[in-house]
Amino acid sequence: MSDAPRPPIESGCPDGFQYMHPVMIKNYGNWAYHEDPQPGVLLHVAKSGDKIWTVRVGTQRILDLFTLRLLCDIADEYADGYVRFTIRSNIEYMVADEAKVQPLIDKLREEGFVVGGTRNSVTMISHTQGWLHCDIPGTDASGVVKSMMDELHDEFVSWNMPNRVHITTSCCQINCGGQGDIAINVQHTKPPRINHDLVANVCERPSVVARCPVAAIRPALVDGKPSLEVDEKKCICCGACFPPCPPMQINDAEHTKLAIWVGGNHSNARSKPTFHKLVAAGIPNNPPRWPEATAIVKKILKTYKEDAKDWERINDWIERIGWPRFFELTGLPFTKFHIDNWRGSRKNLNASTHIRF
Amino acid sequence: MVKKYETPMLDQLEDGVWPSFISGIRRLANEHPEERIQSMCHSLLGQLEHSYETRKGYWKGGTVSVFGYGGGIIPRFSEVGDAFPASREFHTLRVQPPAGNYYTSDMLRQLADSWEKYGSGLITFHGQTGNIMFIGTTTENVQHFFDEINEYGWDLGGAGPCVRTAMSCVGAARCEQSCANEHKIHRLLVNNFMDDMHRPALPYKFKFKVSGCPNDCQNAIERADFAVIGTWRDDMKVDQDEVKKYVETKGRQYIIDNVISRCPTNALALKDDDTLEVDNRNCVRCMHCLNVMCKALSPGDDKGVTVLIGGKRTLKIGDLMGTVIVPFKKLETDEDYEELVELAEETIDFFAENALEHERTGEMIERIGLVNFLEGIGVEVDPHMINNPRECSYVRTDMWDEEAEKWNRRMAEKAAG
Repeated sequence: MSDAPRPPIESGCPDGFQYMHPVMIKNYGNWAYHEDPQPGVLLHVAKSGDKIWTVRVGTQRILDLFTLRLLCDIADEYADGYVRFTIRSNIEYMVADEAKVQPLIDKLREEGFVVGGTRNSVTMISHTQGWLHCDIPGTDASGVVKSMMDELHDEFVSWNMPNRVHITTSCCQINCGGQGDIAINVQHTKPPRINHDLVANVCERPSVVARCPVAAIRPALVDGKPSLEVDEKKCICCGACFPPCPPMQINDAEHTKLAIWVGGNHSNARSKPTFHKLVAAGIPNNPPRWPEATAIVKKILKTYKEDAKDWERINDWIERIGWPRFFELTGLPFTKFHIDNWRGSRKNLNASTHIRF
Repeated sequence: MVKKYETPMLDQLEDGVWPSFISGIRRLANEHPEERIQSMCHSLLGQLEHSYETRKGYWKGGTVSVFGYGGGIIPRFSEVGDAFPASREFHTLRVQPPAGNYYTSDMLRQLADSWEKYGSGLITFHGQTGNIMFIGTTTENVQHFFDEINEYGWDLGGAGPCVRTAMSCVGAARCEQSCANEHKIHRLLVNNFMDDMHRPALPYKFKFKVSGCPNDCQNAIERADFAVIGTWRDDMKVDQDEVKKYVETKGRQYIIDNVISRCPTNALALKDDDTLEVDNRNCVRCMHCLNVMCKALSPGDDKGVTVLIGGKRTLKIGDLMGTVIVPFKKLETDEDYEELVELAEETIDFFAENALEHERTGEMIERIGLVNFLEGIGVEVDPHMINNPRECSYVRTDMWDEEAEKWNRRMAEKAAG
């Protein structure tokens, strides 16, 4: 056998049809409507009259081989052997026979999985890697999500929310978790601590300077060594310098906090897509269970559930009731930090006499 | 000898009703027959416990790749490898999933078997960019694992400043709202740029995402540099008998409150005979009424896509939405699809030449202005691209007559068909 390295086959994104349920292939592009027989179950009806049931299941997202094989065994024994994953890491089983639905659900529950996450539920929190694997994290996404989903379980398996709720988490201010109806993101509160012994050897200094959103970093000689210094009055503590320059440590056991944002909505339904807005910060980054963050999320969800109308996503609800009412109803403090001062910020001020009393 | 660690904080994450990732890792550590996997997982738990105690991460990047590629691997070297040696190297392979994230149990087992030979036994479906994440292996085994799965149809995704793994929704395979062949668009676009994915040489990342309708389940407008969203331009379809059934079941008040008055352009009216009247010229295809009454209302027949460019998250200038570049494009013939790929090629070429280092397309457009970008990629201006015209008078308009003439000519050509 030759020692020559094997050249890669640049096959790219695989064709999904080879793994697709035959009923889905047959009716591709020809579906008529869907119904929701029970939480966690979708029934899609094709124009041909064919039907397919989908059972949506919450998992721990980071799957071990035992769990993955168990999910496969269930697919073979109780379903038709075809699955897919949603954008929020729920696994979906598709079956063409209604009689298979309930035994499949029963088996999944028996094995400790959670069936739900459809329609107006709180579905799985989309999240990032965190301490388990990321090189710049301020917190652990998997632990935050596990802790919150333990408490939001009842909302995952039911249809009690006014509309669907998408929660996201992110472990740094790059916010890989994305926009969410509710987003739990890291918010640093102190400038980076710089190890000047390492900067010159580890960091490409001009690109670190260029990376700063507020031009607070400049080259400097520190103790005779070429390094970087931060204008701490300008610094917004975003941590953008940390990935290209690990000696500029932004994470801090005490000063790295969590912040909660609400009203991000990717859909074009009703209003145009929206970004989420800051509602709470200074929340302790408190492993292993992060109770303070979960309490605020639950408070927001409870208020939304009680006050919003059917079909209102969190952004639609707040648009109707106004931000002062949101802070009043949730009891969250309104501070000077809620008032935007980033570029274009005046568009976020109230230039009208539209005021609710 | 497998080294174990005390993990009192992580142990607390094994309680509760939601499936626990810690229990999964611990099961690999305690019950997997292979000592290599046991050691790696015990060591990983040890380092993670250390992170929980100190509230810090201890992974550092580096350079790891497979032969012939420059990207696709997330290298991870432990900063505390002396204390947790069995997971000292713990790299992730990003592997592109099939469009729509479909799998058979047989294929998942085959991937699991390969990963069992070379990796930690931990897999995520999927990371936020959309890749299958095979989490935790050594530099040497990265190559072995890739060689094995590459032989049966799997390729690495993107990592670094390159075209990234794309995402598309379940779409036409199982959704009545689908207005496009998401699967075909996804694969055609991203597979055209394999060189730009596997050999990172762009200013920064470039993401494609495809959603079959304006519900945009893939978050394409918020998260993709190049978002392709299915839509239609003729009249939506109304099954009046089904409308009447909704009214009968839910009541007039419910339909008025939840459908009629929620229409963002007041394009709906519920008539006295419980039929629905739609002002299709003013419908903006927001999907709300179709979502509520999916049995009665559906997209029209003249389907196509809208293309929006420039979405991204916070770094560096703040979050940006993608904005309309192509209001409507038919995707029927091979030429139609080719034109879409050409638009993506023009966009990536312009991005490669004009963006600053670590600048996304949206930031580049913000810096140079949309018009310069449009001229660069050869797309004409269109009023669908804006919320409203310019509000500030500080602009030079000395070429006004020529530009107005261009528009008049375009409109005349359009009228002539």
